[in-house]
Amino acid sequence: MTEAATPALLTTADGRPLKEALATAQARARRRALLLVLPLLAFVLLTFLIPIGYMLKRSVEHDGFSASAPELDAWFAANPGFDYANPPEEAYAALVKDLARMQEEKTTGIAGTRINYTVPGTISLFKGGARAAKDLQPPYKEALIALDAEWSSVKLWRGMEAASSKYTTEFYKVAADRKLTDEGWTRGGDKERIYLYLFFKTFLVSALITVICLLLAFPVAHLLAVLPMSKSSLLMILVLLPFWTSLLVRTTSWIALLQEQGILNNLLVWMGVVPDASRLQMMYNMTGTVVAMTHVLLPFMILPLYSVMRVIPPSYARAARSLGATSWTTFRRIYLPQTLPGIAAGSLLVFILAVGYYITPALVGGADGQLISNLISFHMSKSNWSLAAALAAMLLASILLLYWLYDRLIGIDRLKLG
Amino acid sequence: MKKILALSTALSAAAFAAQADVTVMSWGGAYGEAQTEAFVKPFIAATGKPTVMVDSDNPATPIKAMVESGNVTVDVASLEYADAIRLCDEGVLEPIDIASLPAGADGTPAADDFLAGAVTECGVSTDIWSNIFAYDTTKFPEGPKTVADFFDLEKFPGKRGLRKGAKAVLELALMGDGVPASEVYALLDTPEGVDRAFAKLDTIKDQVVWWEAGSQAPQLLADGEVAMTTAYNGRIFAAAMNEGKPFQIVWDGQIYENEMFVIPKGAPNMADALEFVKFATSTEGLRASAQQISYGPARKSSMKEEILFKDGKTVMAPHLPTAPENMGNALETSAPFWVDHDAELNERFQAWLAQ
Repeated sequence: MTEAATPALLTTADGRPLKEALATAQARARRRALLLVLPLLAFVLLTFLIPIGYMLKRSVEHDGFSASAPELDAWFAANPGFDYANPPEEAYAALVKDLARMQEEKTTGIAGTRINYTVPGTISLFKGGARAAKDLQPPYKEALIALDAEWSSVKLWRGMEAASSKYTTEFYKVAADRKLTDEGWTRGGDKERIYLYLFFKTFLVSALITVICLLLAFPVAHLLAVLPMSKSSLLMILVLLPFWTSLLVRTTSWIALLQEQGILNNLLVWMGVVPDASRLQMMYNMTGTVVAMTHVLLPFMILPLYSVMRVIPPSYARAARSLGATSWTTFRRIYLPQTLPGIAAGSLLVFILAVGYYITPALVGGADGQLISNLISFHMSKSNWSLAAALAAMLLASILLLYWLYDRLIGIDRLKLG
Repeated sequence: MKKILALSTALSAAAFAAQADVTVMSWGGAYGEAQTEAFVKPFIAATGKPTVMVDSDNPATPIKAMVESGNVTVDVASLEYADAIRLCDEGVLEPIDIASLPAGADGTPAADDFLAGAVTECGVSTDIWSNIFAYDTTKFPEGPKTVADFFDLEKFPGKRGLRKGAKAVLELALMGDGVPASEVYALLDTPEGVDRAFAKLDTIKDQVVWWEAGSQAPQLLADGEVAMTTAYNGRIFAAAMNEGKPFQIVWDGQIYENEMFVIPKGAPNMADALEFVKFATSTEGLRASAQQISYGPARKSSMKEEILFKDGKTVMAPHLPTAPENMGNALETSAPFWVDHDAELNERFQAWLAQ
């Protein structure tokens, strides 16, 4: 045998090795595919990843004070662990220099606002100090304290030291209901704690809405899946119609229905079920929030359930019945397990949407129906964006945690959205 | 490449043309309408410059966001006094030189013609408005007379409407608790004072319906959702005059302040914006505004002659917050106090609401 043991290299018609030609062709196809998804990629990057990254950055970064007080920044850096109760003359000298600079560069408001986040009442303190700064004579310590005794406040010096760095975890501390005092960061008073309680409440309400949605959606989705085509499409339109209606319209319709002088109350009074003097309070409280949000989010539960139920062969249930299972056993052992991916998808969708919901609780929540997203929007509007970002980041982190748990318990591959 | 460049230039030019209007952002509702009639329409007629009015629940919020994100689409905004000062300090607003404002119709220089505090570093007053409370006379023929009555659920049962926020609510609570107007801010500056205000609010908390947009207050009253509500006085006046609602204002315990026109940093039509502000805050501009809605003009020269409502017969003077008979127990909002404590007290307010 004189022939080589290895087979001759396979080549294409024009003599190129087949393997190489295939790789080129595949690379070209891959490039084309990438080109097709490129707009989507750019879109996701621009509208999703960059804003979230920016938000996370905002929650740990604020240069309002550090950028306008370089002398004090340097002094704090050189003197870590100084005596807050009695800062030396050099610290005050640096402060006066910075105050004079703030007055000149008109950054007093920005610097004061930054400190005001943790030490309330400092904006006008800074304004007064900055106005007087260039006329102050040494010793600066006495001069500044004579101007306003607040300049010797322990809390203020703690706050300024923390703000002298561009990066800070202070906003997360505030978001965790902690408060800057003379002794450092401590738990806020009973009347001031709000965020953790609201996080807890938001998750609880979202869970409640998810459960109600599931109970309401399951029979509807089942009906949609088993009815003959003509009837089920009519029902489908009924499900989708509110879905296509503006969110605001739907929410305000609930107000018209449920408010104290609303349709439902009028009807109940007319029928004599409730006396006119004690009409039911169903709006501007937690009841209003739960009712309106359940309605708004219901299609997000029905649609995934329907898409799963539609493809469950009825023969399985028939087989179970013919083998002697009761209807309850058939439902529990045969039908329900097969709908699990739909239940999981719908619940996850509704829960995550509910956690971040803003407009409905804002409109119908009144005082006690507010959720954490309303507080985030509140801080956006009160221009404390860093605290809003910190709260939003905490919300994001808790949702990611839930998603991870979900993946571990149910498995993300079982998710079926339709 | 060239084609793309040409196209994008054409597109941005088109966008520019669309933005050439002077955009004024105000509070909507009866107030927005009044400003449209008094400022925007005459300004268009006088200068031919296209000007549009846009609404907001509180223009301070979008203005700050626009300047921070570098995408300013508003030229002139109407802000509350404390917000005009705070945003000015934060460098969000353009300074406006008082000397550049037109003199009064009688020749008095602007600096002397405006009431004290009506022109700040970045803002010019368009009117003096007030937080009052009002009730439906068909519900209470013998209506509430004092601010204490607002908190008296036994004498005047029924829901109360309040603006959702700490400002003007805490002051009202303290005055309702018997604190004289002159001592309100000194007391509110102490933790005990804040506790006292919230304790007073606690007494009506479960009866309160909270409103946010200024137009909601007269609506709540008209719907019978509340027995009485705090409101901006002009909104109640407008509902009573234009729609014939049986609403009565209680001036006792009113909390008044200047409303300011400001120009955000980076406004697309800076020169036109300044021209608009000068036009609107002239003697005639302020008079025209007071003919539309019951907010007082901040120029002495605007009040020289009697101001009549647009119906041609109602004398405005007794309906203005600044009328002597309405000033018996009145409090001017303290801008320095709210600049300092807005964040802190609103946070506390939110915590109190959620409890």
